[in-house]
Amino acid sequence: MLTVATGNKAVAAAVKEVRPEVIAAYPITPQTEIVEQIAEYVTSGEMAGRYIPVESEHSAMAACIGASITGARTFTATSSHGLLYMHEMVNWAAGARLPIVMANVNRAIGPGWNVWAEHTDAFQERDTGWLQVYVSTVQEAYDTTLMAFRIAEHNDVLLPVMVNLDGFLLSHSMQSLETLKPGDFIPPLRLPHAIDVTNPAGYGTLTGPDDHFRFRWEIEQSMRRSVPVIAETERDFAERFGRRYGVAEEYRYEDADVVVISMGTLGKEAEVAVDLLRGEGVKAGSLRIRWLRPFPELDLSGREIVVIDRDYSFGFGGILAHSLMAKSRIEPYSVIAGLGGQEVTFDDIAGFVRNRQPGSESWFGVKGNV
Amino acid sequence: MYEIRIHSRGGQGGVTAARLLAIAAFRDGKYATACPFYGAERRGAPVVSYVRIDDRPIRVYSQIRNPDLVVVLDPSVMEVVDVLHGLKSGGKVLINGTNTEKIHGAPAYAVDLTGIALAEKLVIAGSPILNTPVLGALAKMGIISVDSAKKAIREMFTDERNVRAAEAAYQELVL
Repeated sequence: MLTVATGNKAVAAAVKEVRPEVIAAYPITPQTEIVEQIAEYVTSGEMAGRYIPVESEHSAMAACIGASITGARTFTATSSHGLLYMHEMVNWAAGARLPIVMANVNRAIGPGWNVWAEHTDAFQERDTGWLQVYVSTVQEAYDTTLMAFRIAEHNDVLLPVMVNLDGFLLSHSMQSLETLKPGDFIPPLRLPHAIDVTNPAGYGTLTGPDDHFRFRWEIEQSMRRSVPVIAETERDFAERFGRRYGVAEEYRYEDADVVVISMGTLGKEAEVAVDLLRGEGVKAGSLRIRWLRPFPELDLSGREIVVIDRDYSFGFGGILAHSLMAKSRIEPYSVIAGLGGQEVTFDDIAGFVRNRQPGSESWFGVKGNV
Repeated sequence: MYEIRIHSRGGQGGVTAARLLAIAAFRDGKYATACPFYGAERRGAPVVSYVRIDDRPIRVYSQIRNPDLVVVLDPSVMEVVDVLHGLKSGGKVLINGTNTEKIHGAPAYAVDLTGIALAEKLVIAGSPILNTPVLGALAKMGIISVDSAKKAIREMFTDERNVRAAEAAYQELVL
């Protein structure tokens, strides 16, 4: 059905179709609309799941973990400080191999208190064993939430998936949305290590170095195996429903001499910048990274690269830029921009390309930046 | 691409007006986005929201700098905000009020949305509802069709007074 929705409402609408048995959540700006809408679905009977309004985000993830280990499908949503507050349980969910799906509405971390878009909240969870994907439109938020359940629950993966959308820019923007009936696109969850009262076993017991190391290696293997699972899920989704996104979305990329690499809504704004630059005779292209974990293998050789990070690691630099430097062996022009909802227009992005200095880093809007 | 900036005060329904307008444009078969700009403002503070309408998918998320149309739901914001800032040459202004005396340098149209809301007793928490009648005025200006304006209102609200108020605004606006 064709309709219009905000990014938040699109996530909630997708969750309704997947029918999780347990949703445990705590509200936080700018995510609240997601869990409010789901609570309404449950109250009105449109969704049969159990909604647990917990007292904190730490408890939200703990409740999802408890439900998931029984083999139930689970969902939660959070943002910024809420995500950081559940950090311990975020690690636990991945370590316990639980296919929980969580929407995180990307928002800056205080102080100073700031409720606007930034990716540093989710980037701080990048080493926890969660798969992470970042979306750029209302439709993509919907489609990706559907795909996240299938990917997380695939027996080659069995790891949690975090779907990220930019606070306010996408969470509160209204665009057209085609909802769909996923049917058997999402098979029933069969958790092989679910608690079974007829076959008692220990969970989370003291684990020595050998087993601990083996468990970590198994997570790494599953992370690697998720690459073909993501590709297969995307392929099947495209065949059934007609939309494909890829690990990274290319725009006028094939013949581009200089490529803007970004994430989230900035990736769409970058496409407009590319059109502008092409009009000036610059062979520009855009690459919007969708999956941060597993990190994509990209062949970027022979091109000049401008990376925009809506995040930072103090004393290190843009996390995306440095990840690409390490994995794809490039010397990009690294721009830190859009922190705390800083306005970054297509004109600004075109300016990054025009004034690029390969091998150096710039903090957008800071006078005398280095 | 047609770009609209809506000025109001927090709590007056400017964000909902933007969303209704986007739904109506979508029902007309266009692409539309409503991107409210959320500041630290609270009830009563001047706020803006944005609507973009195009025949192609819209990829811009940044704020509108050069609107084709400025809508002023609360004329008192003009004392603190330059509502004409960045208005495209040839751009228009629609204000809630009985005259356009305070607008200089751009074609301006006035319609008494507050009066229409009060006549229909469309009042929430003491504030007249402006976001549904304004759709009628926007339909009169040709931004959206009358049919789609009504559809959008009925998708969001069940109270038919909202539709009647939009019809009244359509009738009353003189172009």
